[in-house]
Amino acid sequence: MPKRTDISKILIIGSGPIIIGQSAEFDYSGTQACKALKSEGYEVVLANSNPATIMTDPDMADRTYIEPLTLEYLEQIIRIEREIAPGAGFAVLPTVGGQTALNLAIELSDGGVLEKYNVHLIGANVNAIKKAEDRLFFKDAMQRIGLDVPKSALVNNTKDGLEFAGKIGFPVIVRPSFTLGGSGGGIAYNREEMVEVLSRGLDFSPVHEALIEESVLGWKEFELEVMRDSRDNVIIVCSIENLDPMGVHTGDSITVAPAQTLTDREYQSMRDAAIAVIREIGVDTGGSNIQFAVNPETGRMVVIEMNPRVSRSSALASKATGFPIAKIAAKLAVGYTLDEIPNDITRKTPACFEPTLDYVVVKIPKWQFEKFHGADENLGPQMKSLGEAMAIGRTFKEALMKGIRSLDTGKRVGSDKIEPKILTQRLVTPHPERLAYVRYALRQGHTVKQIAKMTSIDPWFLYQMKAINDTQLELEKHPMESIPREVLREAKREGFSDGRLAAVWRLEGQEKVRHLRKKNGVIPVYKRVDTCAAEFESYTPYLYSTYEEEDEAAPTDKKKVIILGAGPNRIGQGIEFDYCCCHASFALHEDGFETIMINCNPETVSTDYDTSDRLYFEPLTFEDVWAIYQHETSKGAPVGVIVQFGGQTPLNLALPLKKAGVNIIGTSPESIDLAEDRKQFNKLLGELEIPQAAGVIATSLEEALEGAKKIGYPVVVRPSYVLGGRAMVIAYDEESVVHYMKEAVEYSQDRPVLIDHFLEDAIEVDVDALSDGEDVVIGGIMQHIEEAGIHSGDSSCVLPAVDIPQHLMDDMRDYTFKLARALKVIGLMNIQFAIPRGEGKPGNGSHGGKVYVLEVNPRASRTVPYVSKATGVPLAKIAALLMTGRKLHEFLPENIAKRADLDTGSCHYVKSPVFPWNKFPGVDTVLGPEMKSTGEVMGVGDNLGEAFAKAQLAAGQRLPTEGTVFISVTDHDKRNMAEVARKFVEMGFKLVATSGTADVIAAAGMAVDRVYKVKEGRPNVVDLIKGQRVQLIVNTPSGADPWFDEKAIRRAAVVARIPTITTLSAARAAAEGIAALQRGELNIRALQELHAGRVARR
Amino acid sequence: MQATLALEDGRVFRGKGYGAKGECYGEVVFNTSITGYQEIFTDPSYSGQIVVLTNPQIGNYGTNQEDNEATRPWIEGLIVREFSKVSSNWRSQQVAEEYLEQFKVPVLSDIDTRALVRHLRDHGVMRGVISTIESDAEKLVAKANSIPKMDGTDLAKVVSTKNPYVWELGERSHEPVAVVGVKDEPPRFHVVAYDFGIKQNILRKLRAEGCRVTVVPAQTPPEDVLALKPNGVFLSNGPGDPEPCTYAVDSIRRLMGRQPIFGICLGHQLTGLALGGKTFKLKFGHHGGNHPVKQLKTGKIEITAHNHNFAVDPDSLPESEVELTHMDLNDSTLEGLRHKNLPLFSVQYHPEAAPGPHDSHYLFKDFVKMMEEWKG
Repeated sequence: MPKRTDISKILIIGSGPIIIGQSAEFDYSGTQACKALKSEGYEVVLANSNPATIMTDPDMADRTYIEPLTLEYLEQIIRIEREIAPGAGFAVLPTVGGQTALNLAIELSDGGVLEKYNVHLIGANVNAIKKAEDRLFFKDAMQRIGLDVPKSALVNNTKDGLEFAGKIGFPVIVRPSFTLGGSGGGIAYNREEMVEVLSRGLDFSPVHEALIEESVLGWKEFELEVMRDSRDNVIIVCSIENLDPMGVHTGDSITVAPAQTLTDREYQSMRDAAIAVIREIGVDTGGSNIQFAVNPETGRMVVIEMNPRVSRSSALASKATGFPIAKIAAKLAVGYTLDEIPNDITRKTPACFEPTLDYVVVKIPKWQFEKFHGADENLGPQMKSLGEAMAIGRTFKEALMKGIRSLDTGKRVGSDKIEPKILTQRLVTPHPERLAYVRYALRQGHTVKQIAKMTSIDPWFLYQMKAINDTQLELEKHPMESIPREVLREAKREGFSDGRLAAVWRLEGQEKVRHLRKKNGVIPVYKRVDTCAAEFESYTPYLYSTYEEEDEAAPTDKKKVIILGAGPNRIGQGIEFDYCCCHASFALHEDGFETIMINCNPETVSTDYDTSDRLYFEPLTFEDVWAIYQHETSKGAPVGVIVQFGGQTPLNLALPLKKAGVNIIGTSPESIDLAEDRKQFNKLLGELEIPQAAGVIATSLEEALEGAKKIGYPVVVRPSYVLGGRAMVIAYDEESVVHYMKEAVEYSQDRPVLIDHFLEDAIEVDVDALSDGEDVVIGGIMQHIEEAGIHSGDSSCVLPAVDIPQHLMDDMRDYTFKLARALKVIGLMNIQFAIPRGEGKPGNGSHGGKVYVLEVNPRASRTVPYVSKATGVPLAKIAALLMTGRKLHEFLPENIAKRADLDTGSCHYVKSPVFPWNKFPGVDTVLGPEMKSTGEVMGVGDNLGEAFAKAQLAAGQRLPTEGTVFISVTDHDKRNMAEVARKFVEMGFKLVATSGTADVIAAAGMAVDRVYKVKEGRPNVVDLIKGQRVQLIVNTPSGADPWFDEKAIRRAAVVARIPTITTLSAARAAAEGIAALQRGELNIRALQELHAGRVARR
Repeated sequence: MQATLALEDGRVFRGKGYGAKGECYGEVVFNTSITGYQEIFTDPSYSGQIVVLTNPQIGNYGTNQEDNEATRPWIEGLIVREFSKVSSNWRSQQVAEEYLEQFKVPVLSDIDTRALVRHLRDHGVMRGVISTIESDAEKLVAKANSIPKMDGTDLAKVVSTKNPYVWELGERSHEPVAVVGVKDEPPRFHVVAYDFGIKQNILRKLRAEGCRVTVVPAQTPPEDVLALKPNGVFLSNGPGDPEPCTYAVDSIRRLMGRQPIFGICLGHQLTGLALGGKTFKLKFGHHGGNHPVKQLKTGKIEITAHNHNFAVDPDSLPESEVELTHMDLNDSTLEGLRHKNLPLFSVQYHPEAAPGPHDSHYLFKDFVKMMEEWKG
């Protein structure tokens, strides 16, 4: 069927900020959908609040709305778009934006918005969504088509839950309705736990409902990725087997594609069931993910659930097979049938087929519990991982080993901390370290049978791990010098890294292993992912390494650039860096280079086969990158390597690669290193006469204590070479430093610890700049809204800066220019400044007299996409071109001539972070120098207030328009507090305050209720929060050790979802925002229009 | 154990040997199915062929009695990237290696199977030898060149049953109904199935659709078939070149119009020849479980299992008598036909699957319906 012509405009809903359970995979799917629909000639409108995405780039859609993903904003977008084209056929595609988009589609439909504006829903229909998402409907549907499901009952109170659990027997699974990533779910093994898990689950469910389900814990878990077109053609794109059996959320499971342990008979039964499910649920067109559990003793197969949309697993399946599910889903949604869409990879055959794999894919999740002290690290039905790595090998063993080294844990090979005493516990209870314990158990001589019994992991997988262990034992028998070639080759074929081999032979570096391999001719070849197991010729160089005979990736002799990606998503190194890598690739391709991407993150746009000219889906380690470099240069082509766009992972490789002779382009690795080398850096700042907080370096506890004493407490302590403030703390006393040094040294290994004086009561500022080594242009001077001491990734910030005096702005510009030139920055640079509030100076506290440099990073920063969206200038693209020798005056001559920052026009842009607290109940929600947010949103407004309110809303915090404001501020802030309080009173709010603050408010002539501090007695402020009697909290921390009060207030506020403001400047912004909300203004503008004038001028 | 594969064009692959010691000879073909190695081992259509599987992990779930397509493996030899030494599945009864060893089938493992597949794709299927006893490349290549060519070889009569027999088992008769939820229909029709190398799942499918099946040798004269008073005749799949099977072509011609006829694979090619058409050899054939086939009447697509090196040339068929019903979307090969006036249809692919998707099971129902109408 040809495409629909009754539609000309399509709104794609994105998934919003990166959160656990909804990560970069929806940037990948949304971007594919935008591209696919645009190429079909549709007018594409995009709504997404996340500025760090490729899909929100102004050239991906025709009109892009970076606005909060709420019903009211979507309605306004639809209204505006309808007004632009009153007669046009208009549709919404909600299936590529995760659960967020799907839920919004239901709201739009239920709220009558679609009907009101005559908008079609494509890709899914409301009935199908409800049938698939509502567990009871789903269960009924499955039974109607004769499929088995676990016994279950829906309950809305704990009493009914307990009764049903008594009937079917513990353990039981609790699954709250309508939540994503399994939020609020859990397993209960007894009545007591049941009460706890179920009441939390009911709270999490927007409809206060949860499903109690028969436990299928320990059963084998499978997923099928299914696609259906309007002619009822159905195909299975990929089968996925979870190595971790039922009981662990699939996002937290190690998964394998294709399924390894099913016979054809069993697989085809599952396939038949999947096809029956998609038909019965009524997903007319597009992709779905269907999960099954299989009893390993009897083969009884039950259907677990279905996602009637593109999911994280579809992103994985797309990367695992080369079949672009989101792109095809978008085309099916507009009426094409599968047989009408060509397979891009083979070109000659259609997309209507089932990919077949001649390799094995392993996905391993990445967790970061070290950032969330006190979080329950055991894995269960609620997803806790932040990202994932995927690896491709010719065998499971090879893929598993490549996957492990793709995780980029920073740990040395074999340095897993094993506590033999808890071996049984670690094997029985799923945990991030389980794989390491399986390896340990095998080494200790436990049998596969014993381990299978404890872990419920299928013995076939365990046998593979045993084979790896056997190879390790065999290797240990041979000294390096006399290792037989066959043993060496076999080890490499099983995925052993050079690092692992070096560890076996107790070598310092890997160089000797590399030479040994070269001497023995054991070097990798590259094979293609081609959807068809080589049956047809492939035209897309989507490559992976393996140790085989034949290479299929003959390098060209064209000039080329290799871009090193960021690896698995994690806090501090997320989608922003993928954005930069993709931009580099796009720009360089346009400029005539062959672009080569190396990355191992299946969720990203960068690992799409059509983003770069070549894609190597490979671990980002020295060994793997070096091998690719060798391969790509083998025809004598000039090759440059870009390391500054992928965050810390490629930066860590920069110096070793350069030493090995790799041509790193852009800012030199030495300059990057210099910024981290405290001694040299101090010297440089001294020469440039740029102030910085006093600091020392320490390699021992004694040095640290002595240094801290010398520079004066409080101090910031951190390891060198980390991103996202990993293991960074503010210490107010010796005890904290002692505690820290014991903990931190593990992570920093031989690298020293940095100790700086902490500038209290300061405003922080981030600056992003472009430089070609001579000219410099500042992309943005971003003023943080939160106080100093909170990691910049966790702070809201605003562009342009709002209340920093001109002379300090000029100082920052001056320092930026000096540093860029001194460090010979070619590409991007980020500098963090602090401006301490001057003693006794009047005004709003930012009129201090001095700017200090906190940190200089001569590389792409997390804020690059945000600044690019706010200015309309693609910083990363320009930076990539500068690295190839082009000059800044070619792109931004006016800015250079006028020494002008990039322009943000008349709007304000606020970036706000999003936190994963709801996934980690009980974890302290206090912010500090270690980054904890998973994602970000952007709010655009005419003024700071409006932009701030929007950003807060987009981040899930709705500022109140009426009610009571609780205020508690430090003595320092009391001077200026009354003015802010008055704004709230004028807007009709009541005030509640603790005694000191209340005195000030009363003295200024305003009515105020007094409330006890937590320690003073009850009812105290926490009681008010819990009782929903406070709608907004303004609580500026003391700066010293976190008070008991503050902790309690924050925690209560997070649970009760009450917005909490921690600085006066943010309180002022909030007041402005609330005023805007009260006026009922919903100013909405497409990104393309915001920058239209300036873009045209260029 | 070392093992060597030598191809007739001189290309040699060296790897490890599993299964039986010794040598095997045949036409080397590749199969792209992800699951179902046991069904592939035991498919008589692979007689005379050495099979390389593109899925690199073979043997994972072992073998069992129920998934056999014949009483023994028919492949001449097996080539895989990695052969599992253990099996893991609740239905597994024997490790795959032991099973092949028991039937003296050599296995070549640990070679770059993808390189071999690309070689066959680019140069076409060719003859080859796997040896665990001889490693001299030159000698083995010479041996490969001495193997009789598949073209012009009638293998159907070689693999066919020597004596007629009645088939009793339904599709999933070994599995408890509680698990699979299906019951076989009670027999309502009698089908005589010509065995040119028949896969047992065809018999199970026919039985499950309510047919009592008598399997007869390939060279059974039509009179003997009619004497069994069947309601329909089935023409099975099988190995080799259809052209030399003139006895079968002759039988089909004499049965056309006198019995409802349904043919699969070789049965389809023989039908094509009986209708006056021609067959030809494909470069590397279709062997796998992911081929899209279009029903030309409805435009609907089925994902199907294929296993054929030969195909019927659609242009050679008389337009007045034959309707083309199915076409492969990958390369436009003819995949099904139907007689315009007589109760006769055939498909090139494998609706019985095993291994492969079940999208085309409806053809067995179509056959039953045809018999019903004929009977009525």
